[in-house]
Amino acid sequence: MSVTAIGALEGFAPTTSADGTQSVFTDLGRYHTLISQLRDSGFEMLVDLCGVDYLGHPGRSLPEAVAPERFEVVVNMLSLSQKRRVRVRVQVSEHTPVIDSLFDLYPGSEAMEREAFDLIGIRFAGHPDLTRILMPDDWEGHPLRKDYGIGRIPVQFKETPGPR
Amino acid sequence: MNDDTTVNDDAVSVDFDDDLLETSVVDNIVTGNQAAWSSRETSEGAQELRRRDATQADELGRESGAVLRLSDGVVLDPTQIDIDRPDDETMILNMGPQHPSTHGVLRLMLELDGETVLRTKPIIGYLHTGMEKQAEALTYVQGCTNVTRMDYMSPLFNELVFSLAAESLLGVEMPERATWIRMLMCELNRMASHLVWMATNGMDMGSSSMMIYAFREREMILSFFEKTTGLRMNTNYIRPGGVAADLPDGWEDDVAVICDTILERTYEYDDLLTGQPIFRERQEGVGNLTAEEALALSLTGPLLRSTGVPWDLRRSMPYLNYDQVEFDVIVGIYGDNFDRYAIRLNEIRESIRIVRQILEKMPRGDYRVQDPKVTPPPRGRIDESMESLIHHFKLFTEGFKVPEGETYVAVESPRGELGVYLVSDGSSKPFRMHVRGPSFGNLQALPLLLRGGMMSDAVAVISSVDPVMGEVDR
Repeated sequence: MSVTAIGALEGFAPTTSADGTQSVFTDLGRYHTLISQLRDSGFEMLVDLCGVDYLGHPGRSLPEAVAPERFEVVVNMLSLSQKRRVRVRVQVSEHTPVIDSLFDLYPGSEAMEREAFDLIGIRFAGHPDLTRILMPDDWEGHPLRKDYGIGRIPVQFKETPGPR
Repeated sequence: MNDDTTVNDDAVSVDFDDDLLETSVVDNIVTGNQAAWSSRETSEGAQELRRRDATQADELGRESGAVLRLSDGVVLDPTQIDIDRPDDETMILNMGPQHPSTHGVLRLMLELDGETVLRTKPIIGYLHTGMEKQAEALTYVQGCTNVTRMDYMSPLFNELVFSLAAESLLGVEMPERATWIRMLMCELNRMASHLVWMATNGMDMGSSSMMIYAFREREMILSFFEKTTGLRMNTNYIRPGGVAADLPDGWEDDVAVICDTILERTYEYDDLLTGQPIFRERQEGVGNLTAEEALALSLTGPLLRSTGVPWDLRRSMPYLNYDQVEFDVIVGIYGDNFDRYAIRLNEIRESIRIVRQILEKMPRGDYRVQDPKVTPPPRGRIDESMESLIHHFKLFTEGFKVPEGETYVAVESPRGELGVYLVSDGSSKPFRMHVRGPSFGNLQALPLLLRGGMMSDAVAVISSVDPVMGEVDR
């Protein structure tokens, strides 16, 4: 099954990004099914999974059928046999940032989902061990959210030193 | 060591109970309170390896290295793992983060039965410096200085992939010479990175002479980097729009000497390690991996190739001018430590082969794109041209603006697929930069590779995975 056919099946036409990869948009309900269909159609490897916080973004180009939400989960998949990539983008709402875990399909997504949970605060339902991975366990907040300050150390200037 | 932590059954939160402060450490170990020995300051709480009865079945299977997909019907059923093994017969051992063989600050928690490893859990984050967050505050001009510090063994690959991502959004066309210079520097960097791996792997196997020899060879490459870029490591040489400076006069001779010397020395490594029975005993059949498992765990680079999958992005999805040079993709058969050793040793030779072709093919021309919006003007022009002064000022204060969009670009770093997912909002700073570090994915192989092996082989296996913690933790 080609990527175009899957996009049509899901009701969302794939768009092409700057790097020439096709992006497929889907929603939370059909996300897990879509990934498993992609897996069955030859995408052997889930290369990358990350979350993006779009708070404060002046406006991204999305297909008309997709309602923008604050968070987005981006899954980059790779087909070694067909030598091509496909990107799956899912909108995740700010109020209930929960999405299905892909651990049962790709065990390699485990660390990546933990990273997205740790840094963005998206929870993955069905993940076996959803704990922080990069930050200390008692850390508060999710650092890669846009409303999380970058932090700075106040600089104190001493008096101008006298002539030496 | 007096503090006490109790682990809740819901497997997420950890409560601290001050009433138990008086309980001695020995008591806690006898009663099976696993977290008791770790003090409150150093505990990673729920991130640590937990007792079997406090771990849910999926996670227990993962830590035991059961990775194959459930739906394929070939999976190790988590309930079939001998979950009833009494905890007082096994020992949970902490290894790292301050351990010389963990290649930085990797921390492993191992459950041992005697000397046999049953479960493993890598605990990472000790080198987390918030580089992805930092990247959002830096312009694209400054970004390379940030990313070059991620995988500190192969800094040029980080710069390359960041620059390629920015350029794919910008839509600028690279001059031929810039592309070839990038290839030259990256292949030299691949040799340097693999040489460090040869050195540290030899050290882990008890061959400290290998440590000295490989570092000697690597120094030649780093000296060439210093001559070309001004710095031995973290060069900030490859930038969006080209490279920072042209190659120095007489670079052909330097590179030819590097190629000749290192190629000859790799055959000395054969004498020292490849044919040595003790070394082979420690490497062959240790840390076995199949292609199915490697794909399921998102492993890339030498780990994937050692299982016989001929996947190298330079060949399979060529970037730069890799489709114009001849080289072989080295693959293994058994997926064990020795295959990974052989792959890396032979990749040094293949890189030398590529570099020699680059020596012949290097064209004349610009080493960076002649676009005043992206490339700073030459120093001499600033004195005589108002526009150059303005461009220079704008570039180094505000940076250049990158059109709105998102892109994922990947290159084959010495460790595997190094990717950057870049989201731009049209300003001069990335809206979001996510780095897919190959070591981050490759570390997930550890529970599988270590299961059933001896504790002393764990050191060999960690070394064979070749994690660089700067890239894992970012």
